[in-house]
Amino acid sequence: MAFISFKRIIKGGFLNFKRSGLVSWAAVLVVTVTLCVITIIILLQAVLHFSLNQIKDKVDVAIYFTTSASEDKILSLKSSLEKLPEVATVSYTNADEALKIFRDRHSNDYPTIQALDEIGTNPLGAYLNVKAKEVSQYESIANFLKSDDALVIGSVSIIDKVNYYQNKSVIDKLNSIISGAQKLGFLVTLLFVILSIIITFNTIRLTIFISKEEIGVMRLVGASKMHVRGPFMIEGVIYGFIATLITVILFWPAMAWFGAKMTDFLGINMYDYYISNFFQILIILLLSGVGLGIISSFLAVRKYLNK
Amino acid sequence: MIYFNNVSKIYKDATALDDVTFAIETGEFVSVVGHSGAGKTTLTKMILAEEMPSLGTVFFESINVNEIKNKDLTKLRRRIGIVFQDYRLLSNKTAYENIAFAMEAVGKTEEEIASDVPHVLELVDLSHRICHFPNQMSGGEQQRLAIARAIINQPELIIADEPTGNLDPVNTSEIVQILKKINDLGTTVILTTHNRGVVESIGKRVITMENGKIIRDSKHKK
Repeated sequence: MAFISFKRIIKGGFLNFKRSGLVSWAAVLVVTVTLCVITIIILLQAVLHFSLNQIKDKVDVAIYFTTSASEDKILSLKSSLEKLPEVATVSYTNADEALKIFRDRHSNDYPTIQALDEIGTNPLGAYLNVKAKEVSQYESIANFLKSDDALVIGSVSIIDKVNYYQNKSVIDKLNSIISGAQKLGFLVTLLFVILSIIITFNTIRLTIFISKEEIGVMRLVGASKMHVRGPFMIEGVIYGFIATLITVILFWPAMAWFGAKMTDFLGINMYDYYISNFFQILIILLLSGVGLGIISSFLAVRKYLNK
Repeated sequence: MIYFNNVSKIYKDATALDDVTFAIETGEFVSVVGHSGAGKTTLTKMILAEEMPSLGTVFFESINVNEIKNKDLTKLRRRIGIVFQDYRLLSNKTAYENIAFAMEAVGKTEEEIASDVPHVLELVDLSHRICHFPNQMSGGEQQRLAIARAIINQPELIIADEPTGNLDPVNTSEIVQILKKINDLGTTVILTTHNRGVVESIGKRVITMENGKIIRDSKHKK
């Protein structure tokens, strides 16, 4: 019995969709616009995320050691730094490597190289490059270095300087730009999603408003609420399903063009991103479209059911 | 079968029914006559629990319609067939589907639907319109389809609210004959109309209403 009812509801939904003609396609169009907005938001978030990550990746803190600092002590500090939850990576460059890098960087700067040769010994100390997981966490790493815990291995400080304090203002500024961009992105996303949902809900409500008399008649001939509501909800599923297909098909050539023309500008190949995340995007769109369709229909029919 | 006990329906600025009391027995054919606004439609809506009385009680057999719960409302309506002046067919369904919908609503199987629908369409002389949509039919045909839908589940009561209001005399007479035939087969019929000629052609019990009151009931006159 339940299976027969379910079959009838599905059949009723498809028939309604087919026979409502232009009204059905108008609803599909509106759901498609909503899903396009959601897709654009997903892609913009990807660009934003990628750009912010690139900026974050450029930030690090270098800890320069005195020339007298022993490698054991530095490595011991390195391992205690690595244990900090805020730290992503710590790379160690010993004094010889530091000198080599310095020489390479200044290979065209003869006076500097000459001065270095005249000294005879290596004036550079070893250093550690610390990358935090989040830009906002550099300060706590710097505080850790200032504390006794970090230097428990030796009573005399082996740290010559930490460049966090020179870069602090730049890091702070970057940090506020990144968190601002993330907040703005979230707010814009929220605003567009809410607007799209309201527009879709109203369009579906209008399509059902046309049938309000018939909903009353269905109830009067003894149809149960589910028997009346079911086909409208199935129509909502069809709107969502077709709109999802149209959206992913529309974005395919659009992303191919973006991939070919805009990769240098955006720093990320949108076509590659779209293809590699295709199934996730498809699922998000399908759930959004079908969910919107079902919920909007459910709520819109409810208004006329209790008569 | 139906009992109205001192029923009144008061809207904000008007009284649609004023202390109405009457009973209808099983198998009766009752015509309710009166001018527009006399309260005929309000009376039928109360039997269907579309409207609730402001005062008094309405019973459908032992069911107090005023206090009916949602799930029982569906069951009640399945026992009643309704015919409206404006037909109220499902416009995006064919003649066959309109009747099938009423059968599906009560849980009939596909086989029962396939065998009963052509039969009832033949009864109202619409076999040739089986695949037509309501907007492809004349007014008389649409009303006959509405009657077919009303009787398909063999209800105990048929309520016909001004069924001939939009029809010419030939179609009116056809509809009245169909309703009489349904009544002859044992179904109780309540017909509302403002057409005296229709009432006279039926020749059964007549309740006359004016300004929400029953001013005459031919049953008591006898």
